Amino acid sequence: MMEQAITTYREEAGELLAELETSLLDLEETPDNSDLINRVFRAMHTIKGSGAMFGFDEIAIFTHEVETVFDLVRNGKMTVTKRLLDLTLKSRDHISYLLSCQIGEKVDRSRGDEIIAGLRQLLPKPETDGKKSTNIQANNGSPHSDEELADESTWRIRFRPATNILLCGTNPLSLINELRELGSAHVVAQFDEIPQLSDLSPENCYIYWDIILTTTRGEDAIRDVFIFVEDDCEIKIELIDRSGLIDKEGDYKKLGDILVERGDLSPVEMQKVLMQQKRFGELLVEQGIVTSEKVQSALVEQQHVKGVRKERSEAPQVETAASIRVPAERLDQLINLVGEMVTVQARLSQVSLAGGDPTFIAISEEVERLTNELRDTALNIRMLPIGSTFSKFKRLVRDLSGELGKEIEMETFGAETELDKTVIEKLNDPLVHLIRNSIDHGIEMPEIRRAAGKSTIGKVHLGAEHSGDSVLITIKDDGAGLDRDAIKAKAIERGLISPTAEPADREIYAQIFAPGFSTAATVTSVSGRGVGMDVVKRGIDGLRGTIGVDSIRGRGTTITLKIPLTLAIIDSLLVRIGKDHFVLPLAAIEECIELTTADVANSHGRNLANVRGAIIPYIPLRQHFRITGQRPDIEQIVIADIHGTKVGFVVDKVVGEHQTVIKSLGKMYRNVKGVSGATILGDGTVALILDMNLLLQSVEKLEHDAV
Amino acid sequence: MSVAGITETVQYLTFKLSEEVFALDVAKVREILEITSITKVPQTPDFMRGVINLRGSVVPVIDMRLKFGMSATEQTVNTCIIVVEINMDGDATVLGALADSVQEVVEMDPESIEAAPHIGTRLKTDFIKGMGKVDNRFVMILDIDKVFSSDELAELG
Repeated sequence: MMEQAITTYREEAGELLAELETSLLDLEETPDNSDLINRVFRAMHTIKGSGAMFGFDEIAIFTHEVETVFDLVRNGKMTVTKRLLDLTLKSRDHISYLLSCQIGEKVDRSRGDEIIAGLRQLLPKPETDGKKSTNIQANNGSPHSDEELADESTWRIRFRPATNILLCGTNPLSLINELRELGSAHVVAQFDEIPQLSDLSPENCYIYWDIILTTTRGEDAIRDVFIFVEDDCEIKIELIDRSGLIDKEGDYKKLGDILVERGDLSPVEMQKVLMQQKRFGELLVEQGIVTSEKVQSALVEQQHVKGVRKERSEAPQVETAASIRVPAERLDQLINLVGEMVTVQARLSQVSLAGGDPTFIAISEEVERLTNELRDTALNIRMLPIGSTFSKFKRLVRDLSGELGKEIEMETFGAETELDKTVIEKLNDPLVHLIRNSIDHGIEMPEIRRAAGKSTIGKVHLGAEHSGDSVLITIKDDGAGLDRDAIKAKAIERGLISPTAEPADREIYAQIFAPGFSTAATVTSVSGRGVGMDVVKRGIDGLRGTIGVDSIRGRGTTITLKIPLTLAIIDSLLVRIGKDHFVLPLAAIEECIELTTADVANSHGRNLANVRGAIIPYIPLRQHFRITGQRPDIEQIVIADIHGTKVGFVVDKVVGEHQTVIKSLGKMYRNVKGVSGATILGDGTVALILDMNLLLQSVEKLEHDAV
Repeated sequence: MSVAGITETVQYLTFKLSEEVFALDVAKVREILEITSITKVPQTPDFMRGVINLRGSVVPVIDMRLKFGMSATEQTVNTCIIVVEINMDGDATVLGALADSVQEVVEMDPESIEAAPHIGTRLKTDFIKGMGKVDNRFVMILDIDKVFSSDELAELG
């Protein structure tokens, strides 16, 4: 049980740290945003409190120090400076490191101590509060006690704890006592919800409290008292009076109003009772002292200010996220089941069509429609907005540009674009690498940029958008662009392009993805070894995506990633060679044309086809796979566009489109080039999923070696 | 004379490859299937016969006869696929093995199991855990994890 709690804490703390980082980075741009400051404080406060609860004492102690500083910021005693943000970001990293340590493991405190020393230097006054307690700061001894009473405000608090609060280990009375420490309070306990003795369980708490508290500490301090129970208890905090407001009314609110505001009296009932007594305004008019219009206008004013005041005093709504945590394995299970359902449904359709019974066909079509919807919904569950990944990169850009002495701004677009969770995870490393490239190679040093007439601040643009059934992710920089000639020269040198060929720009740029390819003269700590782009390409290939590179020398480079939306189920083309069925992913396929024995004879042994004037090479799969049997007279060439080149694949027959549920072949077939998985057809047999890219590569290698 | 490593009385599934009888620890056996259509995966060694559809999962099938240097398994009415779960590189992997016929499940206690001779079995001795005695016949007890070890299988491509 404890294990579960600790895991949950780690996960939640991880999320809080991510939120903390985003808020800090946003705070850099708007240092006065009190909402952000509060968010930062809140995040740290929760990490500290929960940390102490689950035994992460190091985290609690460290976070307390940082929180203290931010509390000063929150109360306006300190301003947000770059140095403060640097230190706080470093703190975030340190907390993240502490999180990863096991409880009881020896931790490296040196970093933490360094950060704390740095933070202490920023403090306006010498730190008097040396306590390392994890409680809310006590009033005594804190720097706040000499604050002016101008900030004093009065709050109405209704605290209705959950009935099982005592069982959860919280004593409501200690919470109330904490409230008392914040200022002067009047507490009234309400007993009306206590049931009859026969129904009463002594372990439950049926009492709720109304507390009127006057404090200088502000609403946040009040909320902090309830911070650990706010999810389970009803807590209403309303500002009812504030010094500094010009009091138009001599008296405070009327009894009836107070009761209605508390929810103890419904406005209807109040009206009914009031109806029984003559209203003051009416009495005035009756006695002729004031005209009814004047009364009317006074009433309007009363209502208006009440309304305005009410708005001002209305406690901000606590947002409840309507989401739940689900372990990823359960989602995987669900997706598996959905996949199998799709497969069986395909069989059902097949059988129903073969049978010909119209009722049966109608039902099977209905099942097909529902299955498709179920599939889409299930796959959507795993979709997350890519925004969180983008914000991580902001940090990377900031740190890296600082390190290299360049000024770089990152802008993002389409952060709400959703992608499958695994895709996002797998995209992380390639994106990091591409961004680092832009920063290291792309954006020039400020002096060079100025000399070239560009602004000294370089821009890196990250964008994401849906396009058909794929997601397009663009990484654009306005830096130096790629050196086309250098790349071409290097490619020719390595034998990747023939010296006489005239490849298109895109093809030249595509060479940077070759393993070990680099035009860098020197190797920096960030790049130059020629390893990165190759890894990026493989990562993207693994997602069945494509990369395109465009560049204008002197102006910048744009890299476009196209990733299909789903991993598990893809649209493909079902083909047959001999007795075996194969499946080709539809996304890259452009057309199918016939190949007759006459055509084959005409090309004299070269596997080239003439398609409307263009020469397209093809791979005779029957030969390549050594499939036995007679080659049919008329075959089909499936022409696909693979990373810019058009290639054909020869099969016996194109059966049709097929919705493929991808099944892994397992470790044993890991090294087979050209087959990336398998799927189960409607009749129960297995069809192999072909990886056209790898097939092309292996054929290229074979021909290369043969020469 | 017993074999180190076999300390308990365990149940074994006996099956035949050609005329020889082999045995597998029953704990490793998941199920036994009648032979169904196997889809061959191109560019793989002959002993990797292909994959089958097992209730929605794709399971690879190995021809043990070819792996052990015998001629390929011929399909008869008795041929079946023994689905086993083995430990490959630390992960549990499910695969099927072709057998000419399946006999019975027997219990063998450690005393009746002898170590495999170094020569004379035509098999790598790694593959054999020991030689057990059933009805006065010797039965070769296979170490199925070693039979399908991934180093051999990784020699593809």
